[in-house]
Amino acid sequence: MTTSRVISRNATSSELDADYKWGFTIDIESDLAPKGLNEDIVRLISAKKEEPEWLLEWRLNAFRHWLKLKFQAPKWANVEYPPIDYQDIYYYAAPKSDAPKSLDEVNPEILEAFEKLGIPLQERERLAGVAVDAVLDSVSVATTYKATLEKQGVIFCPISEAVRTHPELVQKYLGSVVPYSDNFYATLNSAVFSDGSFVYIPKGVRCPIELMTYFRINQADSGQFERTLIIAEEGSYVSYLEGCTAPARKTHQLHAAVVELVALDNSEIKYSTLQNWFPGDKDGKGGVYNFVTKRGIAHKNAKISWTQVETGSAITWKYPSVILDGDNSVGEFYSVALVNNHQQADTGTKMIHKGKNTRSTIVAKGISAGQGNATYRGLVKVLPSANGAKNFTQCDSLLVGDKCGAHTVPYIEVKNPTAQMEHEASTSKVSDDQLFYCQQRGMSVEDAHFMIINGFCRGIFQELPFEFAMEASQLLKVSLEGAVG
Amino acid sequence: MPASEKNATPMLSIKGLTASAGDLEILKGIDLDVFAGEVHAIMGPNGSGKSTLANVLAGRPDYTVTGGEVLFQGVSLLELEPEIRARMGLFLAFQYPLELPGVRAWQFLKAGVDARRIHNGEEEMSAREFDQMLKAKIVEVQIDPDLIKRAVNEGFSGGEKKRNEVLQMAVLQPKLALLDETDSGLDIDALRIVSEGVNNLRSPENAIILVTHYQRILDYITPNHVHVLFDGRIVRSGGPELAQELEEKGYDWIKDTVDAGV
Repeated sequence: MTTSRVISRNATSSELDADYKWGFTIDIESDLAPKGLNEDIVRLISAKKEEPEWLLEWRLNAFRHWLKLKFQAPKWANVEYPPIDYQDIYYYAAPKSDAPKSLDEVNPEILEAFEKLGIPLQERERLAGVAVDAVLDSVSVATTYKATLEKQGVIFCPISEAVRTHPELVQKYLGSVVPYSDNFYATLNSAVFSDGSFVYIPKGVRCPIELMTYFRINQADSGQFERTLIIAEEGSYVSYLEGCTAPARKTHQLHAAVVELVALDNSEIKYSTLQNWFPGDKDGKGGVYNFVTKRGIAHKNAKISWTQVETGSAITWKYPSVILDGDNSVGEFYSVALVNNHQQADTGTKMIHKGKNTRSTIVAKGISAGQGNATYRGLVKVLPSANGAKNFTQCDSLLVGDKCGAHTVPYIEVKNPTAQMEHEASTSKVSDDQLFYCQQRGMSVEDAHFMIINGFCRGIFQELPFEFAMEASQLLKVSLEGAVG
Repeated sequence: MPASEKNATPMLSIKGLTASAGDLEILKGIDLDVFAGEVHAIMGPNGSGKSTLANVLAGRPDYTVTGGEVLFQGVSLLELEPEIRARMGLFLAFQYPLELPGVRAWQFLKAGVDARRIHNGEEEMSAREFDQMLKAKIVEVQIDPDLIKRAVNEGFSGGEKKRNEVLQMAVLQPKLALLDETDSGLDIDALRIVSEGVNNLRSPENAIILVTHYQRILDYITPNHVHVLFDGRIVRSGGPELAQELEEKGYDWIKDTVDAGV
């Protein structure tokens, strides 16, 4: 049994007296670009990364497109927040030191900080079997188990490094699933993304260990714009996990990531997320705005499976999606989204059926507590070409208390008469009778809530890699503190 | 024989207990002493308040205690949270056991066992020890082991739920077990098994209060005392023969005697 990671030990929060145990800041000097966004900043980021001309061009195209959008962020989501001042954000923050060439060269303060988060960056027993890429603010600070992976031809490195070492792969696939013009936040990300993970699994290779990226926002007033690209060649398999935390700060922080998955014929990508960004304090002060675009394309007989446990962030806006392009391809989305206090989540998925006999499964569990507001928003689209497409959707909402909200907004567009769609939805409350039943067996009200909520999520946790299922359950418990009992 | 000598302290002592649900007064003054080693059967027609009594003792929030006092092992019970009562060894077998979707029976039961052990200053039970104990109890109460692999009561039949209550009781080994119409809705085989479970629990250290509408469970479990509850009061107490008499004469007989002021 591994110990917890994305959740972890106690640490004092820096500015807020929040019950968020990951709220400390790391006291290191940062290399900061000036606040605000203009072409020079885009050029500066690109120059810092020593990027080739084509990538700078791509960023500039994205930036110019973004300008045309005139700060008009999408408004259709069921979330409320004051307008973001995009000129009051740092678009580039990096720990001040040269890029470490090996783990031995990583700044000890950073190692210590990640250790404190429960992510030891030494390759040793505790995280044996999981390769970790640690991303602090805008840059990747360390990647473990590189040698083990290289033996199999697996590439797992910061995307900035991949741009230098494997430019042909990055150029071929970057923006191929989420084009820079996709949506407001994805466009912004395309212009200013700084780092993230790059994964390449060669043909026929089953990646021998779990790959994990741990994202950490440290710098105040900084945005985090990471970009992840995973390519699974024909017949390969990879299981990838990401975890996220941030310091507790009074101001909101913007996180606009893009994740692209490419699953070539007969391959499988399993992508799991434990999202625990700072949710703000109990009055709704501070917290991360998590506006994320995640999408994968599944070619013939390929399978993409998204599993997410979203407990953090003041606002979550994300729809991990699958384009079922190839015949017989499979898309899955398993989600637990928990909102407490003043958190808001508008999350779900899009399953786009193009190929014949494509199948998709959606199981979304929303838990609303405190004054939280959770919305499931999902699209199942069957194109005329998708003969025999099948979808099963199940959306369950659980309410804890009487000041929270749960909403389900399914969109179903079917353009092929042979398609089969199933949709189930339920809304329930943790009943007083259930609580009394647990109490009568000796459990406190708080433990009873936790047990019932955990049971509600069980089907999702089962989809997580074994060692993270336990952690996810602990994460729920911590996130629910104060909401019950 | 039960320690019901007059000088012993009762395990449970109820004095002048009154309780209501909303505006409706249901218990109108209950007095009852239960000693270790005893089995009490509480009988009565529908609406007499017998289930209410069991639930009030367990601390169900649907009811408001309006008066009286209850001592359980010398401690004033009515101020305690339901889980504290449970940890002290008070168990209620529910008339309508709740379904807990996705909650593993194993985990649910272990949480109960551990809560009680921690309350008593003991360590949590090791998973291995608990596993062995649970397996033994499954055999003892003759429950289908597959039921335990499922979520608590999820999709169980009425009879399966009742058996599961008896299993929980066997695992938790309460000091005082309150069985709220556990016999209703059971076929003869299930009734026999449930009764065996209750008889297995019976010991000089424990006490059982059996709330039942029917006499037939008393063919399997012989109570020391039988009480008849009518309109929120115990109107008659006696030995096992009282149940027999009730069976023959029906509850109307009680109603008539009460109305006649006997």
